[in-house]
Amino acid sequence: MAYVAVKGGEAAIAAAHAWLARVRRGEGYGPNPNPTSGIDVSHINRHLGRAVDRVMAEGALHDPDLAARAILQAQGDLIEAAFLLRAYRTTLPRLLDSEPVDTATMLTQRRISAIFKDLPGGQRLGPTTDYTHRLLEFDPPPAPTIPSVPSPRPPQPMPRATDLLGGESLIEPDPQGGAAPGDLTITPLTFPAPRDLRLQALARGDEGFLLALGYSTQRGYGHTHPFVGELRMGEVAVSIIPPELGFAIEIGDIVLTECQMVNQFAGSKTTTPQFTRGYGLAFGHADRRTMAMALVDRAMRADDLGEDIKAPAQQVEFVLAHCDNIEATGFVEHLKLPHHVDFQSELETIRAMRAEAHTMPAEPTVTEQDTSDAGL
Amino acid sequence: MQGYNFAYLDEQTKRMIRRAILKAVAIPGHQVPFAGREMPLPYGWGTGGIQVTAAILGAEDVLKVIDQGADDTTNAVSIRSFFARTAGVRTTTSTAEASVIQTRHRIPERQLRGDQIIVYQVPIPEPLFRLEPSRAAARRMHAMSDYGPMQVKLYEDITRFGRVAVAYDHPVLVNCRYLMSPSPIPAFDNPKLHRMAALQLFGAGREKRIYAVPPYTDVVSLDFEDRPFEPVRAPARCALCGADDTYLDEMVTDDRGGRLFACSDTDHCAAILAGTA
Repeated sequence: MAYVAVKGGEAAIAAAHAWLARVRRGEGYGPNPNPTSGIDVSHINRHLGRAVDRVMAEGALHDPDLAARAILQAQGDLIEAAFLLRAYRTTLPRLLDSEPVDTATMLTQRRISAIFKDLPGGQRLGPTTDYTHRLLEFDPPPAPTIPSVPSPRPPQPMPRATDLLGGESLIEPDPQGGAAPGDLTITPLTFPAPRDLRLQALARGDEGFLLALGYSTQRGYGHTHPFVGELRMGEVAVSIIPPELGFAIEIGDIVLTECQMVNQFAGSKTTTPQFTRGYGLAFGHADRRTMAMALVDRAMRADDLGEDIKAPAQQVEFVLAHCDNIEATGFVEHLKLPHHVDFQSELETIRAMRAEAHTMPAEPTVTEQDTSDAGL
Repeated sequence: MQGYNFAYLDEQTKRMIRRAILKAVAIPGHQVPFAGREMPLPYGWGTGGIQVTAAILGAEDVLKVIDQGADDTTNAVSIRSFFARTAGVRTTTSTAEASVIQTRHRIPERQLRGDQIIVYQVPIPEPLFRLEPSRAAARRMHAMSDYGPMQVKLYEDITRFGRVAVAYDHPVLVNCRYLMSPSPIPAFDNPKLHRMAALQLFGAGREKRIYAVPPYTDVVSLDFEDRPFEPVRAPARCALCGADDTYLDEMVTDDRGGRLFACSDTDHCAAILAGTA
């Protein structure tokens, strides 16, 4: 009866946490595990980079070491890890906003455009799982032999594919953000939400949720005729302007993935037909996340572009209110908490209702005779 | 390949797919559900086409795989090497030499023969999905040939923009009965579907549908008497072979508006250059 007395649950909780700690260390390790055995933070950072990227995105904090630490602590539960990161992030002082990063100057490791066969700067696959055959490997992978390239080009800035369309005015101009962008971690989200806040929410949103919504638009629930104008991944420099200096200094490089989705738009009463944009950006190497984000971003612009709003992905409030997996997992899992007071009142109510139903005269039942009469 | 059957799929699965293909051939343009399998390539990357190809491939077949008309596009390279690895069949880039051609988004320029089969990779088999996202409702519309809404959609395009606003995946009516998605081929390729000598098979892996157009079947692109179907191509010549009757890719050569056009069907372009087209 360890759990019954929630009052006396302290011992139960302590025992549960001790058990968790044992499970987390892994089977076969005694109470004092050898610190050199098993995996540590550096292993996770080195080998589970995509998990680290996802946790940084959903945890809304760029710090690969902390993200790796969170993954280890959460036993690989990535939502739990993002939760740990968010909970730590919120305790950190905010010293400065960085200058906007310029992805046009990205040192691209990967850059592909699906709308042009070739384009200035070329197509570059980078370290991708695309075009691999998903055959489970039973033998340890052999040491990779990277085919020698005649003259390996150093990463170089490349013009954005969407800017090439912009030259002909075939695509809507990038919105010029005059005002400082909002921040939903400081100001609560209200609706209708402007695009800067929508993008911020999506950037921290659950990858699975974004994926499912983006996918739904492709299957006809808010179709947006999407093309990957460009997907690029690489390092960009982050700058800040310290008030005491008054000019920008670079404080480091971060890896970003950016997706510029190009969508057909048939025009409206006020706009001529042209391509429109959906935008996705994430920490690390995150093709899936940024592409899904770009699809959902474009779908949520239905109202701005005068399109009918019929599908879930187009409903800004629905999407933004449910895309945060820290909020979602908390509320879904809170159902595990004791609810017996509420349930007790439900019990009494349903008993009373059933008692009333039994004392009321029974509804006249339809007999066979009645049916045949009805037929006449 | 060690540990795997010829062409990856087990024989029972192949038989199941062949049954679906036979039914599809018997009811041209009708989408036949099939128990699509997980494939070692991602959904949306040609799993339907790969399953159809795996089910029909024999040891003597010669396989060509194209994507966007070209044999050297990344996904085509990947699928071709998949079958070279799992089936050990001979592969080719020559349209004339191939007995099975798997394609994404194009039909080769060269006319196909009766002893060839073309397998299309299909992302969304349901031609009505933009009008009716529910597949159950769309199925009822097919059952009753309720294709008026699609005609209305095309009509609305014409009244608003002066032309049909879809440039690819233009819906077709097969054998005067079923509305069918030709897969996202450019409208330029639609006329090639009509009474083609080769068997045309369409595989949609994620949506788990197979459909077919038997040889010499009528395939008519939806249009109006006074607004006949009008395929479009870039008004240019191929910069490599000079062809003015092929579908062209546009390549951006600089960031000052420089453009270059070249045949999307790389095999056809090479054949013209070699004088063997």
